[in-house]
Amino acid sequence: MFDNLQLLFVWAPVINIQIILEGVFVGAIFALVSYGLALVWGVMNVKNLAQGDFVIMGAYLTFTLSKYGLHPIFSLPIVLVVMFGYGWLIYLLIIRRVIDNDMFVSLLATFGLSLVMQQFMNVLYGPEVQIIESNLPVYTMFDDFVTVPMAKIISLVLAGTFALIIVIFMKKSRMGQAIRATSQDARAARVLGINTDRVYAFTYALNAAICGVAGVLVSIIWIFQPFYGIQYSLRAFAIVTAAGLGNLPAVIGAGFGLGLIEKYTSMILGTEYEIAAAVVMLLIVLVWRQISLRRSRQVVR
Amino acid sequence: MLSKTKILYAGILMFGILGPLVFPAYTTQIAILWVMVLMASTWDILGGQMGYNSLGNITFFGSGMYFSAIIQISMFYDVGEYTSAFGAIRPVFTNYEYFLGLSLGIVGAGIGAVIISLLLGPIVFGLRGPYFAIGTLAVAIAAAQLTGTIDYIGGGGGISMPFFPLDIHSRSIFFYVLCFCLTASAHCVLRWLYSTQFGLAINAIRDDEDKAEAMGIPTLRYKQVGWAVAAFFMGCIGAVYGNMIGFIEPVEVAFPTATFGIFMVAMALLGGKGTLWGPVIGAVLFTIIKETTWTYLLGWQWVALGLILIANIVYFQQGLMGWLQEKYPEKFGIIVDDNSGES
Repeated sequence: MFDNLQLLFVWAPVINIQIILEGVFVGAIFALVSYGLALVWGVMNVKNLAQGDFVIMGAYLTFTLSKYGLHPIFSLPIVLVVMFGYGWLIYLLIIRRVIDNDMFVSLLATFGLSLVMQQFMNVLYGPEVQIIESNLPVYTMFDDFVTVPMAKIISLVLAGTFALIIVIFMKKSRMGQAIRATSQDARAARVLGINTDRVYAFTYALNAAICGVAGVLVSIIWIFQPFYGIQYSLRAFAIVTAAGLGNLPAVIGAGFGLGLIEKYTSMILGTEYEIAAAVVMLLIVLVWRQISLRRSRQVVR
Repeated sequence: MLSKTKILYAGILMFGILGPLVFPAYTTQIAILWVMVLMASTWDILGGQMGYNSLGNITFFGSGMYFSAIIQISMFYDVGEYTSAFGAIRPVFTNYEYFLGLSLGIVGAGIGAVIISLLLGPIVFGLRGPYFAIGTLAVAIAAAQLTGTIDYIGGGGGISMPFFPLDIHSRSIFFYVLCFCLTASAHCVLRWLYSTQFGLAINAIRDDEDKAEAMGIPTLRYKQVGWAVAAFFMGCIGAVYGNMIGFIEPVEVAFPTATFGIFMVAMALLGGKGTLWGPVIGAVLFTIIKETTWTYLLGWQWVALGLILIANIVYFQQGLMGWLQEKYPEKFGIIVDDNSGES
């Protein structure tokens, strides 16, 4: 551990740049996934534990398409559409029936959904860790200390563009306005003639599509496996809990923050602490929020 | 009513004793059924009776397993040496050493799990509703990940438990008896607990925690005690289960969040949460479903199980006992006043 610290801050401070870049690259994906969760959580009060499995499903869709010779980047629109439809279907089958119940029901139903999805992918693709060759160049800087693959830059740009499109969509379009109105007051929205059921379905499908895009990006820059989903879900929960709902800049900031923390932990303590770092972060956020609320004699609910 | 209850208990006792004698090939399966009954019943202390839906009770199961492993080995050998050999050194324990180690290990596992629950309590009990569920799930996953990094107890590679000194038939009977006795004692303790003031207090917490606190109930203390009871039995059964399986490992055996961790919730919901018998019935039903899917849908068993879980939660939330209570309220001593309200 101290060797690693020395390496970071005394012998080769350049490595910091590498870690920060890595943190930013994964942070962008975390931010996307968390934004989807914040959307669903804020609008329809469903805590979607299947979030990470949507991501992995997107990655496997890309994997399937790449077997037919389609480059991951160009499969993005297909994955987007397929995941949107899938999200709508899941809404009709499951989410619509748990939406009015107490929140633990939605949590447990989506946990069951996550179980089904990961096992289904396990049966279809096997438990091996998969990787997609993107055949893109890798750049090196600072005497080969820092390597930046083109794929990661592309994924960052794609994530940014996609986030921007969603933000503009939410601000300008009719549906985006309806979603925001419903999240503020579902009853008033219904009175004013907004079909809230449709809004909920659209929101959930949009979330699935966002996760699908994140999955494409994961498949470009990382490895994936049927059971990796729960880690993304927990990270998204940590980020959304830390940032609060409906606070887009904070969600994005927390996403990048968690990416950096994870990468630094895995550098200093070892790679096996990477998931533990995310989970412990979630616990720390929850405890910290409890302490700050206890001053006014309130609890996290 | 009383005689019916007696007949029920006598029937269960008969099944408990005769089960392994009539179906000797299924002794381990029936033992696991008792483990599941215990898990669902102890989950129900918080989940059903208190309204705190924990997804992290599996933490105590795994930590109990590890506590007992450490106690059993460290009494006669050096743990670090034993685990670093990854099962290459399997010292032969004498009968006396093995059973002394095991009994101390089970008790120690229970006490260790209680200590862990008391330490975790202040951290998670300020959380409500879904945050509590997510927080406890995070605790369980953190426990699995962090246990995997400690080389002293075998890290991700796990520990092979000491060999049972007697022959294989008496081994399965021995662990069966342990599982059955633990589950029976847990059931009796819960039955007694729910009939005391403690039961009323935790029900008050479930119904309205703020009002309960305003009435002068020390809610945090009750929550701690409830969790500690669950932790004690989960720790003990974890120790027994670890020895029964013979090999423990952090992610799949000790802290299986995605299997046992969610099964216990599903079982309690299937049978009907918030009742004494609901989790028991749910566990039995669930085990039957699980064994059937394992036999006839091999390969797809997990998908089938997940679908059953979703169907249960989405379409059949009140569970079997809840459904029965709604259907025949007078059998449960619930008086329904039809004129009381429109709901």
